Amino acid sequence: MSTKTAGYFVPAPSAWPFYLTVGLFLMVQGIASYLNGHGGSVLTWIGLAVVLALVWVWMGGVIKESETGQYNDQVDMTYRWGMSWFIFSEVMFFAAFFGALFYARQLSLPWLGGAGDEVMTNALLWPQFENVWPTNGPSALGGEFEIIPPWGVPFLNTLLLLTSGVTLTFAHHALRENKPRKVVVAWMWATVALGATFLYFQAAEYAEAYGHLNLTLESGIYGSTFFMLTGFHGMHVTLGTIMLIVITFRLMKGHFKPDSHFGFEGVAWYWHFVDVVWLGLFVFVYIV
Amino acid sequence: MSEHHDHHDHGPEPGIMRWIKTTNHKDLGTLYLWFAFIMFFIGGVMSLIIRLELFQPGLQWVNPEFFNSMTTMHALIMIFGGVMPAFTGLANWMIPMMVGASDLALPRVNNWGFWILPFAFALLLSTLFMDGGAPAGGWTMYPPLVLQTGDAFPFLIFAVHLMGISSITGAINVIVTILNMRAPGMTLLKMPLFAWSWLITAYLLIATMPVLAGAVTMLLTDKYFGTSFFSAAGGGDPVMFQHVFWFFGHPEVYILILPAFGIVSTIIPTFARKTLFGYDSMVYAMASIAFLSFIVWAHHMFTVGMPLAGELFFMFATMLIAVPTGVKVFNWIATMWRGSMTFETPMLFALGFVFLFTLGGFSGLMLAIAPADFQYHDSYFVVAHFHYVLVPGAVFSIIAAMYYWLPKWTGHMYNESLGKLHFWLSAISINVTFFPQHFSGLAGMPRRIPDYAVQFTDWNVLSSIGAFAFFVAQFIMVYNWIANCVMKKGDVASARVWEGAHGLEWTVPSPAPYHTFEVPPRISEEEITAVHDQPLPAH
Amino acid sequence: MGRLIWGLTGLLLSHSALAAEYNMPVGVTEISREVHGLHMLIFGVCCAIGIVVFGVMIYSIFAHRKSVHPKPADFHESIKVEIAWTVAPFVILIAMAIPAAGTLIKMEDSSDSEITIKVTGYQWKWHYEYLNEGVSFFSSLHEDSNRARQLNSGINPADVPNYLLAVDNELVLPVGKRIRFLLTSNDVIHAWWMPAFAIKKDAVPGYINDLWTKIDEPGIYRGQCAELCGRDHGFMPIVVRAVQPEVYEQWIAKRGGKIAGAEEAVAQAVVAAAAPVAVVASELATLSKSELMAEGEKVYKNYCSACHQADGSGMAAANFPALTGSAVANGPVDTHIDRVLKGRNAMAAFAYLQDREIAAVVTYERNALGNAAGDLVQPADVAARRGL
Ligand code: HEA
Ligand code: HEA
Ligand code: HEC
Ligand code: CUA
Ligand SMILES: [Cu+2]
Repeated sequence: MSTKTAGYFVPAPSAWPFYLTVGLFLMVQGIASYLNGHGGSVLTWIGLAVVLALVWVWMGGVIKESETGQYNDQVDMTYRWGMSWFIFSEVMFFAAFFGALFYARQLSLPWLGGAGDEVMTNALLWPQFENVWPTNGPSALGGEFEIIPPWGVPFLNTLLLLTSGVTLTFAHHALRENKPRKVVVAWMWATVALGATFLYFQAAEYAEAYGHLNLTLESGIYGSTFFMLTGFHGMHVTLGTIMLIVITFRLMKGHFKPDSHFGFEGVAWYWHFVDVVWLGLFVFVYIV
Repeated sequence: MSEHHDHHDHGPEPGIMRWIKTTNHKDLGTLYLWFAFIMFFIGGVMSLIIRLELFQPGLQWVNPEFFNSMTTMHALIMIFGGVMPAFTGLANWMIPMMVGASDLALPRVNNWGFWILPFAFALLLSTLFMDGGAPAGGWTMYPPLVLQTGDAFPFLIFAVHLMGISSITGAINVIVTILNMRAPGMTLLKMPLFAWSWLITAYLLIATMPVLAGAVTMLLTDKYFGTSFFSAAGGGDPVMFQHVFWFFGHPEVYILILPAFGIVSTIIPTFARKTLFGYDSMVYAMASIAFLSFIVWAHHMFTVGMPLAGELFFMFATMLIAVPTGVKVFNWIATMWRGSMTFETPMLFALGFVFLFTLGGFSGLMLAIAPADFQYHDSYFVVAHFHYVLVPGAVFSIIAAMYYWLPKWTGHMYNESLGKLHFWLSAISINVTFFPQHFSGLAGMPRRIPDYAVQFTDWNVLSSIGAFAFFVAQFIMVYNWIANCVMKKGDVASARVWEGAHGLEWTVPSPAPYHTFEVPPRISEEEITAVHDQPLPAH
Repeated sequence: MGRLIWGLTGLLLSHSALAAEYNMPVGVTEISREVHGLHMLIFGVCCAIGIVVFGVMIYSIFAHRKSVHPKPADFHESIKVEIAWTVAPFVILIAMAIPAAGTLIKMEDSSDSEITIKVTGYQWKWHYEYLNEGVSFFSSLHEDSNRARQLNSGINPADVPNYLLAVDNELVLPVGKRIRFLLTSNDVIHAWWMPAFAIKKDAVPGYINDLWTKIDEPGIYRGQCAELCGRDHGFMPIVVRAVQPEVYEQWIAKRGGKIAGAEEAVAQAVVAAAAPVAVVASELATLSKSELMAEGEKVYKNYCSACHQADGSGMAAANFPALTGSAVANGPVDTHIDRVLKGRNAMAAFAYLQDREIAAVVTYERNALGNAAGDLVQPADVAARRGL
């Protein structure tokens, strides 16, 4: 279908992006009316189904193009640049939430506690408030809560993710050195397993927070930053794990060559990015 | 350049599916521009409702709440629906042609980026018919006020998310095209400045749109999921939103002007028949502006009660931006200096840009002086400032670019007399609209009010008259473009179109073929607009 | 339009009497004069640069057009020139930054104040509390303006004195004293702006910002809320009446407050505020029906008629019930008082009104607007329902 000329790869016209957008549109319509209390969950699910189907079809198409040898080096480079900038945009998304965390801890909470020029804020508005982290704010929103100690499950999770980065790199080396596929695939499954275990622990931790610690999204600024940061991270790990699984199946089907496997590398970059974000979380959300 | 003419494996598909399925940068450029055009029109009508209500003191036409919705929607539509898609449309059309690529690097993603927009704006515009009305908290969406929005609220947030996805995909496409698809011989520092301006713009987009997405996500969870990012009771701070928003928002205003710089830097050399002065410094100036744009955001927030050190820092950093911007203005003038100028419509709009943008820059500099900004802030002086940089700034550059490149795209010239008429009417009426706002602002008229004290009447009357005149004048342009270029009634354009034009895009026929470069073109030294060490050959 | 031409001519004569219509006011404080000076300075610098830049450009447009200058020159760079026009603006900027920084530092130093006033923004009115003097009140748009500003009111704003810039209760301040304002808000962000003093700052819910001024001349000064705060953002003006200190003291005394010694100022404020909602000495005296009805009508116009309408007919479309013939307004008094104190659904709680004001408005609603319940409500009745 597509044109492959001496110089450039130009894909044929495609309706995938349009349908994907329709799916997104239905989905957000559904969520919005649900949030407004007007129902809408049917719409949400239909939209989500369309989105998932289209991602499947679109990515499937790309894989086919790749495997039928339509991509040249320039396309490979395009994907590399594209993925790098995409990851950069993700970094900036997390930066917004980290920024909120730093701002609250370094500025707004001290002010509420009367630091610097803000004596009056504390004296007139929140006289009983002392700035001690963790906090759910001067009105103690959500009631008393406990936090998850960093050196238990979160530390274990750190080890899990770091290890998964290593196993993924082993898989990569095995692929590049043209080791038997079984070896590559084995390292990949190890990585997937580590990722899945991380997610399991994370879920258990949330259950613990909600069930026993009374630590919820509603627990003031601590709860807000804690759950939003770890929550978005968890969503990224989920996505990363799914992508790793897809890559593993592709490896099992014999996709990728030792010298050309951007699909693999792209997912690996993403996984390392998720890993690094976790280190930031572990230090700034759990420890400090 | 005859080698480009032959094999057209797949031309456009017939019917509506051509536009839905297209992955062609020219088709998508056209779609982007039509979309922007429609949004400019809707946003323009909203601004007329604003000006109508402000024509006289007292409330004659709309409720205060609806007025605030108009202000909010007008700004969102103009910025995210008008100027940004228009620039993306121009990038779509021109960047592949300028750098000698077949298309943008990721054509399907390009299609996606475009098609998100109509849906995002359908979401946004649908709020006009909802319980509690359209968003009315200002385009800056400050909490806690924005949290009082009715049913429109989640639609606003999701619309912003979708616009963000669209901008990011568009930006990634432009960056990758420029970094990876340049024809051999086109080094970065020989690239046309329009491509450079977009490279930097794209970087700003990728760095800031996700931050905006994060900010509005926090709004969403604050409203529906009990988080307290922006509420003191839970330890958050409403002002924190402003920091996050303006961390996006200030680079955003340069996103709205850097491509304009690129356009003007392309047009002035053409009509001055002289190489752009100081190419390298133009590039460095844009890079410095981009860098500085990340460390000045809080000049929008001098009155929120920042610590003194913060106010001083942001004041100084903001003032610094005048230096690289000045370099650009001076370089344009040096380009004109001892040139051989003619004043076709694109040149008129480009010159109008240099004058009036600089004026807006001056008022920007005044705003940067924090103690004075305590007086200017949230008054019509600010409204005057940013409309000078946005309307005779960004919008004029878009209009100039359209006059400049439309003949290349369609193969037909617009009518020059109508073009000149359009320019003069626009230039005069836009000043009548926005110049008086400096005065009403200084005299104490706050912005975002539907009704005002009687001493501001004269200035507002003028401003409203100017606004209607400007709006009407645009129909001359619409007629000129549609009748002459799109319907092909105008004179046939040559491949080069303009006597002084240089660059790869002028080497292909007019109208440009559906696929411009299917193999990387060989670039002759004289077509590289960037630096000429020899006098230009006469064409 | 005549005034407009005057305005433009007057641009050149910077101190003409018309300056107030097109330029920043010089104002009546030391800071405001400095700010005005800074403003004129930057304006002058920009004009000067503009004249040079535009001058060269216009000259070039004429002299280097194709018809008179057919052959373009061939130069396209010069490091020297580039450096020159990078450095020159830089120097100019530094020259402007220095005085600006000086003024800024002065403005941010709110120490040594003699009077402290807590200013709270409400949607859409201001509340002022003289922290040491024990006086507090709301200040809302004057009813004449309020009537005229309704959609299609048929009233010509030009006939309303100080249209949109007049309030019911002015903020009275003494001249010659350092006054500190502590700004906060009850709901959304507002901003307190008094152009004549060159001060503006945001009132942020949950935080206190401070601001100071020292007024030189007695007079009435007008400003407006300067941060979008919702529907009636355009309708919450600020009016300061600056008077001689003696007059100010009399005014405080009449308002039932007392002047505290300057040195106790801040300390007291902190203590007073830390105590649970200090009930400001409200008069619990018994009032006559005519007093109640007169005051009640005022309160009603200010706070209630926006929804329930001046004649009590309500707005069915918006679910604002009619009070005429309403079961609450004609039923047990306590329910009525409670509805006003606590609000319900779309109706906000009005507990911040004084007992006397609530007593008055309830009495008014029960005996006007087509109702004739006949009973009177006294401030003490309201006080008794508070906190229940
Ligand atoms: C295209 C968009 C655009 C551009 C390019 C600019 C450019 C600038 N802006 Fe503007 N600005 C906006 C769009 C833009 N702005 C918008 C939309 C808002 C309001 C948002 C809202 O609240 O809704 C705003 C608001 C705004 C504020 C906040 C005002 C307030 O709310 O109180 C400030 C304050 O510092 C400011 C400053 C500046 C400065 C210093 C520049 C500089 O970049 C200008 C530099 C240019 C020059 C100075 C002219 C050329 C230079 C020379 C000829 C050299 C010599 C000159 C000197 C040495 C003086 N802008
Ligand atoms: C790019 C942005 C942009 C543009 C173009 C405009 C254009 C105009 N604006 Fe707007 N405006 C804003 C951005 C913009 N504005 C912002 C950010 C605010 C602040 C909002 C807030 O407070 O939250 C604002 C607020 C604002 C106010 C203050 C409202 C208030 O404070 O309550 C007013 C009042 O007069 C006003 C008037 C106008 C008018 C008369 C125009 C006229 O110029 C409109 C006429 C223009 C057109 C009709 C479009 C013409 C262009 C073309 C035809 C190009 C064709 C192009 C292609 C083919 C691709 N605007
Ligand atoms: C924002 C609009 C608004 C304002 C302002 C307002 N009200 Fe109301 N009022 C309402 C609404 C809505 C109800 C119905 C509440 C319900 O029962 O759900 C109501 C109900 C009432 C009732 C009960 C009427 C009945 O028959 O149920 C009384 C009495 C009343 N208001 C008095 C007042 C007084 C006194 C004021 C001013 C101090 C006032 N209101 C200001 C909106 C308003
Ligand atoms: Cu209060 Cu605007
Ligand atoms: Cu800015």
